[in-house]
Amino acid sequence: MAFRLPWPGLKSPDCEARSMNGLEDWITSHKIPVGEVASNAVDWIRDHCQGGFDVISEAIGSCADGFTNLLTSVPPVLFVALLTIGVWFWKRAISTCVLVALGLLFIINQGYWQETMATLSLIFFATFTCMLIGVPIGIASAHRPWLAKILHPVLDLMQTLPTFVYLIPTLILFGLGTVPGTISTVVFAIPAPIRMTQLGISSVPKALLEAGDAFGATPRQRLWKVEVPAALPMIREGLSQCIMLSLSMVVIAALVGAGGLGVPVVRALNTVQIDTGFESGLAIVLVAIILDRLCRKKTH
Amino acid sequence: MEAVRTEPQGKTAALSFRNVDILFHRNNSSSAIAQAVKRLDEGGTREQIAAELGVTVGVANANLEIRRGEISVLMGLSGSGKSTLLRAANRLNKVTRGSVEIGNGTAFVDIANCDDETLRDMRRTRVTMVFQQFGLLPWRTVRENVSFGLELRGFTPNARRKIAEEKLELVGLTRWANSYVSELSGGMQQRVGLARAFATDADILLMDEPFSALDPLIRRKLQDELLDLQTRLKKTIVFVSHDIDEALRIGSNIAIMREGRIIQAGPPQEIISSPVDDYVRDFVRHMNPLPLLNAASVMRLLEVCPRWDDSTIQLDVTGHYGFNPVTATVSDRTGMEIPLQFHDTDDISELKVVSGCVYCVPVTASLNTVALLRQKSGMPVLISDASQIIGLCDDADMIGAITGVARASKVN
Ligand SMILES: Nc1ncnc2c1ncn2[C@@H]1O[C@H](COP(=O)(O)OP(=O)(O)OP(=O)(O)O)[C@@H](O)[C@H]1O
Ligand SMILES: [Mg+2]
Repeated sequence: MAFRLPWPGLKSPDCEARSMNGLEDWITSHKIPVGEVASNAVDWIRDHCQGGFDVISEAIGSCADGFTNLLTSVPPVLFVALLTIGVWFWKRAISTCVLVALGLLFIINQGYWQETMATLSLIFFATFTCMLIGVPIGIASAHRPWLAKILHPVLDLMQTLPTFVYLIPTLILFGLGTVPGTISTVVFAIPAPIRMTQLGISSVPKALLEAGDAFGATPRQRLWKVEVPAALPMIREGLSQCIMLSLSMVVIAALVGAGGLGVPVVRALNTVQIDTGFESGLAIVLVAIILDRLCRKKTH
Repeated sequence: MEAVRTEPQGKTAALSFRNVDILFHRNNSSSAIAQAVKRLDEGGTREQIAAELGVTVGVANANLEIRRGEISVLMGLSGSGKSTLLRAANRLNKVTRGSVEIGNGTAFVDIANCDDETLRDMRRTRVTMVFQQFGLLPWRTVRENVSFGLELRGFTPNARRKIAEEKLELVGLTRWANSYVSELSGGMQQRVGLARAFATDADILLMDEPFSALDPLIRRKLQDELLDLQTRLKKTIVFVSHDIDEALRIGSNIAIMREGRIIQAGPPQEIISSPVDDYVRDFVRHMNPLPLLNAASVMRLLEVCPRWDDSTIQLDVTGHYGFNPVTATVSDRTGMEIPLQFHDTDDISELKVVSGCVYCVPVTASLNTVALLRQKSGMPVLISDASQIIGLCDDADMIGAITGVARASKVN
């Protein structure tokens, strides 16, 4: 393979080209086995811990499916009515109630009720897991600078690594279905609650911490009576970001066999059906708007 | 409590700082701090130590005893180490060397060096704090804020509620118990801070410029309230201030700090009458002399006043009113008697001053009181000593005294 400069006017000295060529050959022939290591690791894990993964898979799968079944067992119109009433007592805002009712009725009308419930169940589980793991990690890293330093690049990686890349090992380990969908969603969404919790806890005003100390708070009391309440708005923000990020994963989750609104989107893509694509896409948008409204802080 | 020792006999100090050094280093490097302590002992100045080792000397070799039931004021310019020293009393700042002893009459605990358990116990029951920026928890109601310390100690909700109500009544905020802190004005917020501190029943109260975030009128009102509460509750108060008037008003003892050292400590009169150096003199010069002057220093003795005749002393410049020392009556030129009222205390807030009536106050009454009586009654004020009327005070006397003081302190 001859080395050519892109500019015809310039001549490259032959010897230099040859040596560069040699260098390039050397570099390519000593490939660092990143891919191999990753794949071997996954193989090893599969061979040795498959039992554990099966248990996790079973547990998450039955929980999620059970929850989906519970949601779908309620007649849709009754569900909408109950939810609207619930929202009224929670938010006391007529506009939110109208939005929820009309949005869900529209989804029923378009025939995507089952899928919407499956999506809600997936989001609920993913978000629950994210908060359960993410908030304690966020608190721990706010208290330990070294942990925050380690966590920073890891979280960046989790958010920038293309989702499809870690979809493959999750597929191998957990098989097709709801579980790999939930897990990929968790991996993608969990940086939000971790970051927001960490930010919230570490930006608690020093005056409040000192007030806690001056009145003799134990470390635990300091956490629960000062830090967490002070960081609560931030943690809540982390929750709503987490929900939105989970929702943005529905299509990708559908690719690995999770049910929900992503399924018709994928089907529409494969069969080039514009109508299905638009209907299901609109349903996703409606779910997003409704969830966003519900997450917003109460305004007095 | 392992740090308990018996206290030497005859001491009533509730809180004493002994040879306290507090040094700061950005990365808390203990070797740099140890080096700085050495430099400090060799006589290195604050600037030298900061330049050579990057260590800030917050407090250097502070010794101070605060007696039970007194209000001790720490004064000094910004950065002189007042807050740092104060915060050593509940170990919000770590003491590099020395001890801070909190006594209860028979035993004391060195709060600077005790274990965490003891420290927490002291913070919950013995020492409490009022912050400059209030430090109230915005997500709690006023009542919940007041019962914060009790909650940390594990009191039941009912007990907390009862004590909180009590303390809120003390500071006059009962009506606001269920409001959030953000709905209150600054002065009210600081009252919540006070109530929160009182609720723990700690006998030592640390106050770091508690009123300086407030406007002058409210500040004054809160100072009065604090003094009033103090007469009832008899706490030991350490109060940080950079305002000499505030210090003189509320302090029974004043310690003046400069560059981390206590350069003079003593009762207010002593600070005023014999400042140790120009730094202290400068503080004293900028004070408002009114509250410190009393009737004795302002009045004119009756002996030197002009007389109408052998028995009657002329009271005012225009010569309308006369006073007869033998019968102790005031009358005008026509011989009509003017009512004379004796008032024995310095507190005239309850008194209904009647215009045209002559008032008589003891020599210990403050100039404020005398001036108020003079203004409201429109008559000169008589001054008594041991129930004998010995002097009198009108506008000219007061102005003379004030300008005299002002002039004297400038020459000083
Ligand atoms: N946590 C800290 N870390 C480093 N340096 C500190 C710390 N706290 C105080 N200092 C330093 O100690 C010195 C004394 O500060 P301090 O806050 O006690 O002053 P102050 O007399 O209270 O002043 P002010 O009237 O402005 O409140 C200052 O030079 C300050 O920079
Ligand atoms: Mg200060």
